[in-house]
Amino acid sequence: MTLLSSVPGRLSVATLLVTLTAPVLAQETPQSGGVANVAIQPEPPGLMLPLVQNAPTQRVAGNIFEGLLRYDADLDPMPQLAESWEISDDGLTYTFHLHPDVTWHDSEPFSAEDVLFSVDFMRETNPRTRAALDHVADVTAPDDATVVFTLDQPFPAFIQAFEVGTLPMVPKHIYEGTDYYNNPANRHPIGTGPFEFAKWDRGSVIELDKNPDYYEDGKPYLDKIYWHVIPDAASRAAAYENGTLDIMPAGSVENFDIPRLSEMEGSCMTEAGNEYFNPFAMLWLNNREGPTADKRFRQAVMYALDRDFAKNVLWNGLGQVPSGPFTSSLAAHDDDLEPYPHDPDRAEELLDEMGYDGEPVRLLPLPYGETWTRWSEAVRQNLEDVGIHVETESTDVAGWNQKISDWDYDIAFTYLFQYGDPSLGIARTYVSDNIAKGSPWNNVEGYENPRVDELFEAAAVENDPDKRQAMYDELQQILHEDVPLAWIMELAQPTIYRCNVHDLITTGIGLNDGFKNAWIEQ
Amino acid sequence: MPYLSLILGRIGKAVIVLLAILVFNFFLIHAAPGDPAAVMAGEAGAADEQFLEDLRERFGLDQPLPVQLWRYMSGVLQLDFGYSYRQQMPVLDLILDRLPATLMLTGAAFVISLALGILAGTLAAMRVKRPSGSIIMGLSLLFYATPLYWVAMMAVLIFSVVLDWLPAYGYATVGAGYTGLAHAGDVAVHLILPALTLGLFFMAVYTRMTRTSMLSVSQQDFVKTARAKGLAPGVIQRRHILRNALLPIITLAGLQAGQMVGGAVLTETVFAWPGIGRLMYEALMQRDYNLLLGIFFFCALLVILFNMLTDVIYRLADPRIKQSAA
Repeated sequence: MTLLSSVPGRLSVATLLVTLTAPVLAQETPQSGGVANVAIQPEPPGLMLPLVQNAPTQRVAGNIFEGLLRYDADLDPMPQLAESWEISDDGLTYTFHLHPDVTWHDSEPFSAEDVLFSVDFMRETNPRTRAALDHVADVTAPDDATVVFTLDQPFPAFIQAFEVGTLPMVPKHIYEGTDYYNNPANRHPIGTGPFEFAKWDRGSVIELDKNPDYYEDGKPYLDKIYWHVIPDAASRAAAYENGTLDIMPAGSVENFDIPRLSEMEGSCMTEAGNEYFNPFAMLWLNNREGPTADKRFRQAVMYALDRDFAKNVLWNGLGQVPSGPFTSSLAAHDDDLEPYPHDPDRAEELLDEMGYDGEPVRLLPLPYGETWTRWSEAVRQNLEDVGIHVETESTDVAGWNQKISDWDYDIAFTYLFQYGDPSLGIARTYVSDNIAKGSPWNNVEGYENPRVDELFEAAAVENDPDKRQAMYDELQQILHEDVPLAWIMELAQPTIYRCNVHDLITTGIGLNDGFKNAWIEQ
Repeated sequence: MPYLSLILGRIGKAVIVLLAILVFNFFLIHAAPGDPAAVMAGEAGAADEQFLEDLRERFGLDQPLPVQLWRYMSGVLQLDFGYSYRQQMPVLDLILDRLPATLMLTGAAFVISLALGILAGTLAAMRVKRPSGSIIMGLSLLFYATPLYWVAMMAVLIFSVVLDWLPAYGYATVGAGYTGLAHAGDVAVHLILPALTLGLFFMAVYTRMTRTSMLSVSQQDFVKTARAKGLAPGVIQRRHILRNALLPIITLAGLQAGQMVGGAVLTETVFAWPGIGRLMYEALMQRDYNLLLGIFFFCALLVILFNMLTDVIYRLADPRIKQSAA
């Protein structure tokens, strides 16, 4: 009897001690070992990040490849392959000092020559890198551990261009002089990152192993990462519920499942790691023809939209209603801008003023799943409430791309990444020399304003922060008045994970930055 | 000799049908809006004209459609199905890589549905107008009418999430590193839910068809004769009624067998089974023309093969069907 009664007593004391001490330990001493099971959707087409740039590739391959820098939640640069760096006062010379003793996964040394090669490689293959490196006049390597970029004019956003997705390092000894797209190494990518490619069972699982020779002592902590390919959202949710999966990156489950999964015992959720990309949901409004060509109609759309409803009901209250054309994560964001309120009466006044005759407008939803479908229904309802006649069209992803690229729409959903600076993420949407059929990511709405062109061009190369801010303030006011497109939501990117996984997200690039700091409390 | 010429004639026709299917599919796919370059540019989140031109040139999409068709067909005639644009791998490798998983799933579902369906149908026919027969027919109506997708989700919820008896998804336990028999057992456990789910619909169809067919055969004169001869009821059921009732079942089984490659898209999606069906769906969404055409080719090939096989089985099951009738 005494034995039986004393056991629960001891247990509870022990449990108490553990619960008291665990959080303290958790903050201080990462434990090595353990395996992370992560959902990935859709299955990436390849893992050679320098060649394949879609979202799931960036998510997995950010563990294999590295850039020169990373960025914290304020988007200030942090060391990665570059240990330190200097920017000359005139803003024209950027000098990077590389981390010593870095090797590729095949044990070849990493050097400044690889950086030079990567710059050429990425400029040839990636449009985003081309844009970010637009002002680079020359790149040199004075010695094996130093790289110097010389610009033709100051371009303050340039320091944002060294993230792993924009400028990943490519092994020169493997790719030089080969046909990049048919290089056999594409199937077994070689990087410098904390994890090495191990195996890929197509349709099932991607396996990454710890890089035992990683140059930062003691890291990474995890032994393995398994990326589980599960095509159905409800099945992914079930796999998290029954304990098979530990980490659900943003987009892994439908929005209506997020509260249920994040409130499970031992389940945590974070919105961190969204700062660099900050996907900005918008409605393209065709500025060329139809009712949407009239500024008053476009303003009426802004007044008609109940953006708080969309946020609270469709997105579980996650994310942010934007105040204007610049997302709140951007340093250049104008805090004084008054957001368009939900004001159906004002919208109707504007429509009357322009003499809107009920001409139907076509609404093109984004075919990205249930939440987006519901969102398009909510928008349609908002617009019809103020008397706009809406016809919803439906397509798959390929058809959506085609319609947007051919300007064959009146109102269309999209979202765009911000990449940390207005000159990289925002300008492309409004400047008139970016009007060209064939891409869904340029000035698709056909907005033309010489003053806007002038300001974006000047602000990008203005080295004085105050002058630059003055230009960006003016820009935001013009765009806010003209409404070239409707800004509907700064999307949240919630990650759901088991609470015993620590330091999963430590930068503004989020899960795409790799799991080098992550560890599992045993 | 007549057999040989019959088979050769059949094969000749099959080749022509296959080629016609390929050409038809080629134009059908190209009629869909968007092309693989646009999809890939869309996914990259950034694109300029140069990027799109590079892609189209690399894929040969900058050529006129007839030139593309000629290139593709001449490739196929040399058994070269081209490259998947998106996955950067030869189409044949991708398909052969996924084929075993799908054949295992659809094969298991086929055997399960056929065996259980005929068994249940026979029982129902013998117990007509009795409660047990009604229960069988009620269940088969339920399985027949319930959407596969919903059955799959409920099966996962009950057997994986709530009861935790069976794995929720996948082909094998990730990271278990089993080999040999342990691996086979692991795969078999993973196979149970998807194979049952997929087999359920056809099982219901076989049940209903076996029952109806047996009941109608049992009215015929030769069955009365057999009874009058004093044969045991079991023997009459097996040798006289069931065997004669099997012909419509064989027709249907031939149809089901023909769907073995492409017929499991939903099941493979819900259970994350790494098969051809998912590959096909993804290729369609991504406009991965070469891969999609390759999968269509294999689907068509299998349908034709099973049609021929069904004809042979007809002759075995019912010697009255003469080759002249074919």
